Amino acid sequence: MAGKTLYDKLWDDHVVFTEENGSALLYIDRQLVHEVTSPQAFEGMRLAGRKPWRKSRNLAVADHNIPTTKRAEGIADPVSRLQVETLERNCQEFGITEFAMTDPRQGIVHVMGPEQGAVLPGMTVVCGDSHTSTHGASGALAFGIGTSEVEHVLATQCLIQSKSKNMLIRVNGSVGKGVTAKDIVLAVIGEIGTAGGTGYAIEFAGEAIQALSMEGRMTVCNMAIEAGARAGLIAVDDVTIEYYQGRPFAPKGDHWELAKAAWQDLHSDEDAEFDKIIDLDASRIIPQVTWGTSPELVVPVDSSVPNPEHETDPVKRQGMERALEYMGLKPGQKITEISLDTVFIGSCTNSRIEDLREAAKIANGKKVAKNVHRALVVPGSGLIKQQAEAEGLDQIFLEAGFEWREPGCSMCLAMNADRLEEGERCASTSNRNFEGRQGYGGRTHLVSPSMAAAAAIAGYFVDVRNITN
Amino acid sequence: MRAFQTITSLVVPLDRANIDTDAIIPKQFLKSIRRTGFGPFLFDEWRYEDRGEPDMDCSNRPLKEDFILNDPHYQGAQILLTRENFGCGSSREHAPWALDDFGFRVLIAPSFADIFYNNCFKNGLLPIVLDEEIVDILFNELNKDFQLTVDLERQQITTPTGRVISFDIDENRKHRLLNGLDDIALTLQQADKIRAYEEQRAKRAPWLFAD
Repeated sequence: MAGKTLYDKLWDDHVVFTEENGSALLYIDRQLVHEVTSPQAFEGMRLAGRKPWRKSRNLAVADHNIPTTKRAEGIADPVSRLQVETLERNCQEFGITEFAMTDPRQGIVHVMGPEQGAVLPGMTVVCGDSHTSTHGASGALAFGIGTSEVEHVLATQCLIQSKSKNMLIRVNGSVGKGVTAKDIVLAVIGEIGTAGGTGYAIEFAGEAIQALSMEGRMTVCNMAIEAGARAGLIAVDDVTIEYYQGRPFAPKGDHWELAKAAWQDLHSDEDAEFDKIIDLDASRIIPQVTWGTSPELVVPVDSSVPNPEHETDPVKRQGMERALEYMGLKPGQKITEISLDTVFIGSCTNSRIEDLREAAKIANGKKVAKNVHRALVVPGSGLIKQQAEAEGLDQIFLEAGFEWREPGCSMCLAMNADRLEEGERCASTSNRNFEGRQGYGGRTHLVSPSMAAAAAIAGYFVDVRNITN
Repeated sequence: MRAFQTITSLVVPLDRANIDTDAIIPKQFLKSIRRTGFGPFLFDEWRYEDRGEPDMDCSNRPLKEDFILNDPHYQGAQILLTRENFGCGSSREHAPWALDDFGFRVLIAPSFADIFYNNCFKNGLLPIVLDEEIVDILFNELNKDFQLTVDLERQQITTPTGRVISFDIDENRKHRLLNGLDDIALTLQQADKIRAYEEQRAKRAPWLFAD
């Protein structure tokens, strides 16, 4: 019998029972809750007179709606305020721990979870948010769910699930200087497409993945959903275990030793069989920039905007033409000739301390270009903000002309006041470049933190590999 | 949940691939704490000339004439025909809520994004996956009076010419949708099994049950 993949192991460990037709009741170890996708779930619980199955397995934080400036003044938008207050009320009523807006532990739900050790290797983790895939970086089975399922987990600590297929993406060899986890995952999406991982759990492996820090691994798994896969996964190794040691919610003492021993098995067996295997050569990956309105519309920074005429599939061609029109770009235009109005460094993809350090290194001693009228740095959590300030990163950004903000989702999806105006062009470290994502009519180019910082300084895209800072 | 058995309806063609949930229902409407009222804002940026805001009265907003949902002919249509990877991106269940609130009951495409597909079944919406060639044929055959009959029990779609197209669906999902069953109530019937699992698991992973 063939060995098991990491996904198989995590799945098998959480099955309560399997129906004859293959659908299973899967036990959920951790639910992260935020204000946007939970109010209707709590309302459902209330109407049915239900109580949470295990309230301590839920952890809540508001992140999507909250302002990144003048936090002490509260939320100006009454609709956003109501949603955040509703989360607070619901958590009180149902006995669920919530980090309030003024708590330093508050942050983007997918940054806060691992930071607190509330997400751990070997867990099943869900959240009403597609970027829950982030937590697969810790060797957890983590995926986004809808609000009905949020309610289902609250009430039963379980979900009805069908098993996905197994895909292995090996990124072999090592990446060159200036190439980051973000570039790796954008290159993967460029390769397999936004629907390439639909129906699969993707395990990322290979030397280039193993060489990443936990934060880099989170960036990679975060965007598994942009390749269509609900879950991304990376095997547990010493890097993972070291990351979780001593975190507030992580096991202590004897439990830590037991957990550590159990986590050693969280990798695919050597003889495990995958339904699909894709190999990428890390040394060929160079900094990536998206040019269109889907993350798969991505090219290396040293190339040009592609020509739809060269696309043979009529549906794809039409999509490319539409994207060019929306983005205000011409085929053949060099990526390094695209100038920018705004730069956004933040989001659950790239707002952790290493991301900020990377961007600060580029910005150090420089000034934001005149044509870039807004450059935002939004840390992923209050604790990251404190850490960055202790390292003086805030001063580097401020002196260069960046704005230094309070933590939250911010301009990744523009549910708060941070948004693009119509036609505005943005270099963004976030995860989606869909039409209107960062604001009505806004134009998004997805890049790594160092590429975003370099673009802010130059005023247009530059190849970060050519910067000597 | 509302049950689904069979419907006959006009078909709205939306000939685009990779339609994401941000397009189906833009973020500003996600600030609502209700489950209903999203229909007027379905495809808001494609449907209206102006910028939509929550709680807006949509009856007098300027319409984009060339957007298919604005064609008066299709008012009341319950079937949407579209292209691959429909519903990709954000997990927001507001997308199926908006489609449902607008009046759609059936979505037909060569593929759907996983989370969206799952969310549809929680809301009495039937997403049907057909081969790309068949979807192509439907797009080609489609005219304004084109109606399809969808029969969930038989897993069949019937075209105006009497052609029958079969589709696959997970048995469990079909059963729940046909009968409009409440997933949570069903799962809670298995409470003993969940508790038994927790007891076993606590032996394997005591650190998770320390509180």
